[in-house]
Amino acid sequence: MEPLLKKEDIVKALQKEVLSMQRGGAVALNDQSATGLGAIEEAFPGKEFPRAAVHEFISYDMGAAAATNGFMMGVAGKLMPASGVCVWVGAKRTVYPVALAQFGIAPDKVIFIDPPRKKDVLWTIEEALKCEALQLVVGEVGELSFMESRRLQLAVERSSVTGFIHRKNPRTENTVACVSRWKITPETSIADDGMPGLGMPRWHVQLQKVRNGKPGSWVLEWRNGTLCYVPKTIIALPEVHTRKTG
Amino acid sequence: MPGRFVVIWFRFLEADRVVRRQPGMKDVPFALVLPQHGRMVVKAVNAVAYKHGVRAGMVVADCRAILPSLQVLDHDDDLVAKTLHAMGEWCIRYTPVVATDEPDGLILDISGCAHLWGGEGPYLKEILSRLRAFGYHACAGMADTVGAAWAMAHYVPGDVIVETGRLTEALMPLPPDALRLPANVLSKLHKLGLHDVRSFMTMPRRALARRFGEVLLMRLDQALGQAIEPICPIKPIVPHQVRKPCMDPVRTAAGIEHVLSNMLEELCRRLANEDAGLRYCVLTCYRVDRDVQQVKIGTSRPSRDVAHLYKLFEQEISNIEPDLGIELFLMEATIVEALSPEQEALWNTRANTDKELSELIDRVAGKVGGDTIRRYLPDEHYWPERSVRVADGLSEKPVTIWRKDIPRPVCLLPVPEVIDVTVPIPDYPPMLFRYKGELHQVVKADGPERIEQEWWIADGLQRDYYCVEDEKGSRFWLFRSGHYGTTEPRWFIHGFFA
Repeated sequence: MEPLLKKEDIVKALQKEVLSMQRGGAVALNDQSATGLGAIEEAFPGKEFPRAAVHEFISYDMGAAAATNGFMMGVAGKLMPASGVCVWVGAKRTVYPVALAQFGIAPDKVIFIDPPRKKDVLWTIEEALKCEALQLVVGEVGELSFMESRRLQLAVERSSVTGFIHRKNPRTENTVACVSRWKITPETSIADDGMPGLGMPRWHVQLQKVRNGKPGSWVLEWRNGTLCYVPKTIIALPEVHTRKTG
Repeated sequence: MPGRFVVIWFRFLEADRVVRRQPGMKDVPFALVLPQHGRMVVKAVNAVAYKHGVRAGMVVADCRAILPSLQVLDHDDDLVAKTLHAMGEWCIRYTPVVATDEPDGLILDISGCAHLWGGEGPYLKEILSRLRAFGYHACAGMADTVGAAWAMAHYVPGDVIVETGRLTEALMPLPPDALRLPANVLSKLHKLGLHDVRSFMTMPRRALARRFGEVLLMRLDQALGQAIEPICPIKPIVPHQVRKPCMDPVRTAAGIEHVLSNMLEELCRRLANEDAGLRYCVLTCYRVDRDVQQVKIGTSRPSRDVAHLYKLFEQEISNIEPDLGIELFLMEATIVEALSPEQEALWNTRANTDKELSELIDRVAGKVGGDTIRRYLPDEHYWPERSVRVADGLSEKPVTIWRKDIPRPVCLLPVPEVIDVTVPIPDYPPMLFRYKGELHQVVKADGPERIEQEWWIADGLQRDYYCVEDEKGSRFWLFRSGHYGTTEPRWFIHGFFA
């Protein structure tokens, strides 16, 4: 038995080494990670959220875009230390800075850049991703070609900044060089104790692609400043609208 | 060491300044006044008013009695000082040492300068004719000492040149006022019948000192060249400028880059010595065919980092058209601010963070425009459009907290959009609404949250906001503008919740 165990250890060590090489040498931040993402982290190689990487988010309507923004803010709030600085780039940005505070990011630590042209948006995202002083760069684009995404990935491999690319209404879901592809849609919320009205923000989070990991889908709720899992059984059907006119 | 001095006295400095700006005032009698103890006191007059007997120190009401057509303008001390300083700087073309003699004179140390203009006579004539051409009433005196030159300018009509060694004779017939004595000493001298310098010049020094104080002896010695009188020369501000003339015209981008980095190094070295950094810099290229090309850069924080500034210019190099070649480069830092080595930290995430960040901002601002970069701070308003305001630069910190206790959407439309609704009246959220052609059935709703328009800022109806959720789970922020009553209120969509 003794030699067998040793072999397993060797394999694990080698896997870790390969992983770190694939990340372009970026150090794994396992101890500090504490992203509070729980089961989602299981989906990633090494069970940790990849930081020095570009993540792709796709949304098709305004509701989904808002949900995606909410989820990105929630994850960003966990990834960024209190003093971290974030850059938010987008041509037609609608993000309301006040809402960032609810997701654990100080809105005054976010620099919004709104270049008028699409070409400049990508240039700005790339420049921001190269800047080591930043923790996170969020870019809102429509189309993203493989070559463009490759440039962004190369930029983060050197600077180890986390990049979130939010693609709104893309024409095709083409292959890109991002480490993961997320799709977040809003889920019917349920108020506490059967009260009427809206509950906490609830999303259906799909991790459609992830490099070296296991894709999956979850229902998450933003509650008391953390992401909570909603077991499948409690997800009730939408209640029927019963109010009468007058 | 014997020196040579010119004192120029501007008799109507402030009035002449006004006439230069408003030539129509030339023949109008006017006075510049200042309120003093509840009265308007004349501080300066122009030549016309002076001729009619209006003097500085009089009360405006008295002057009006003498001269009813007198016009009155406001006096400004700072402006006079500034004008005098500017005149002093202008006079540096005649001698490197120029000092101001407050409130209305200039002292020029002309030792060794006059021969360049062909002697003292033509030299003084040149200065005065230029000044008079500007419209100033200038009187001048030239002598071996500042004191004597001052006396000649103020108390001898015409432009007097006192030859070397003839100071005593020149001073003798003048009144004691020409020695720049305090008023109490002067009144004492006049009371004793000493109406000219001759009458007391030969008195024993000890007697003079006992009766009139040391000041009389000091002024007398200064005028006669027996005591040194220090003057405080004007130091003109040297612009932060670098010139690079080229032997052969530069035509290639590589050549421009080379010149650029050399110039930046020189400029930054000077800035480092002065503990300053530039905020705005202009590179002007003079072409062989007399065309002028210009590129400008700005930084969000004072900087004297060659590499960074070079990068900013690099983005602009492609905009320069060398055509036949550039023969002169001129780089000027037009806005320079203090930059201490230990600049206040903005956000301490890592060493050098501030610098890296502001360099990124500068690069982006250079490419896509500085007005596209914004940072927001909380503002104490409930009205959603006004609850954030744009911060001034990177270092401004919030003074109030960010509100987390009221529901606010993640995405806010810049302008609320009208929606069609089916709604039970008077005070319910909609049951259905149509936005961009898509029908949404409202399943759940919270609200209303009434937000009143701030009447001291703008007019308008109040808004009743509802958070609603449709059958697919999308959450929206809708509002009704106004009450049900005489008019039908309209419904708007304003945001999207996460």
